Amino acid sequence: MSALGALIQRDIRIALRVAGGALIGVLFFLTVVVLMPFAVGPDLKLLARLGPAILWLGALLSSLLTLDRLFMADHEDGSLDLIAMARTPLELACAAKALAHWLASGLPLIIATPVLGLLLNLDVPATSAVAMTLLAGTPALTFTGMIGAALAVTLHRGGLLLAVLVLPLSIPVLIFGVAASEAAITGPHSFGAPFAILCALSLVSLVVGPFAAAISLRHGLD
Amino acid sequence: MTLTDLANPTKFLALTARVLPWLVGATILLFLIGLYQSATAPDDYQQGATVKIMFIHVPNAWLSMFVWAVMSAAALGTLVWRHPLADVAAKAAAPIGAAFTFLALLTGSLWGRPMWGTYWEWDARLTSVLILFLMYLGLMALWRAVEDPSRAARAAAVLTLVGAINLPIIKFSVDWWNTLHQPASVFRMGGSTLDRAFLFPLLVMALAFTLLFVTLHLAAMRNEILRRRVRSLQMMQASQKAA
Repeated sequence: MSALGALIQRDIRIALRVAGGALIGVLFFLTVVVLMPFAVGPDLKLLARLGPAILWLGALLSSLLTLDRLFMADHEDGSLDLIAMARTPLELACAAKALAHWLASGLPLIIATPVLGLLLNLDVPATSAVAMTLLAGTPALTFTGMIGAALAVTLHRGGLLLAVLVLPLSIPVLIFGVAASEAAITGPHSFGAPFAILCALSLVSLVVGPFAAAISLRHGLD
Repeated sequence: MTLTDLANPTKFLALTARVLPWLVGATILLFLIGLYQSATAPDDYQQGATVKIMFIHVPNAWLSMFVWAVMSAAALGTLVWRHPLADVAAKAAAPIGAAFTFLALLTGSLWGRPMWGTYWEWDARLTSVLILFLMYLGLMALWRAVEDPSRAARAAAVLTLVGAINLPIIKFSVDWWNTLHQPASVFRMGGSTLDRAFLFPLLVMALAFTLLFVTLHLAAMRNEILRRRVRSLQMMQASQKAA
């Protein structure tokens, strides 16, 4: 099997095995979504109105928190240095790690969305709209978050700084994700336009993220 | 003295020591001219005298983006050409740019209250400038998070270049989303729509603020070079004591 395939498989296995891995992200997603009605009040109509925004915020915060683990664990036991020194280009290795991270952390969020949609009184079309936008948008969150994770990997207390660095870059994804969901639900504006921009953001981050992360890692590790 | 000579910090310090007093004088002079022109500019037929906030708000907004562009050029200098003073320039510019962005938001907010009836509005331009401000603060935090300045430089350079995507978004946000902030009136296709009575004071104030940035930036770069020398001396002293 190719080196990249092995890297992806390794990352997914570690994420699914270790306690601080993939499922913690879904648990945090659930916690955030459950917290919202306590803050906003149990009015079901209001929750349905806010539903897409709450789901998107939960997904954003959850992916932000699991980003820490993208490079930090490997850095601590030295495998990041090995990956950086390997023959596979570091850009491709970063892309592979981010893909594995999305498969292990982002995809479960999307699978959990229908269940959480029930909690927020969202009907089936609304929930599927949110799930589709999350499917298109969470890769952007992971790949742009990877840039922040690479910048913060060499800092010991980097967690909060990582969030501060990554959040401004994630705001456009959030804006268009919620806009697309709302357009699908309430409907005067088109769903296609914000959804297309969301896909474009994901595609751009797929290209820019690995290069920026590789540069940061190379400079940070030496 | 060529540009490569300026890469030598000692020569840079010598040059700026000679040039700075003139820059300070020129800045003060331009501000006096600009403020006089702003004060004597006519009142707007709709906004009255409040329009004069524009002479401070718009140059600050232009400079907030200009400083990020300067930092991006410095970031390229660090990453691509390994210019020795590029990271000094980038680190020195960040707080100045953050201050200009904050002033732009503040003066805009004060202008918005009488004009739009609100201190804040989540429209495209205000939101993207607020994001720019947050990115300035994040960048300053990143600079201070790493002990060694030259390693922090490379991380900060990457973040600066990634954040440069925000500049065209801010510039064109008023064209793409038609919300509350007025569209472009000076830098647009087909020339400016501003009357000469307002355009000239605005350009003079813009030049004055730009000179202010250059002056502050060069002074801050001098301080940063001296700060790094102090740090090296402290480290040498500590290692000698240990030996």
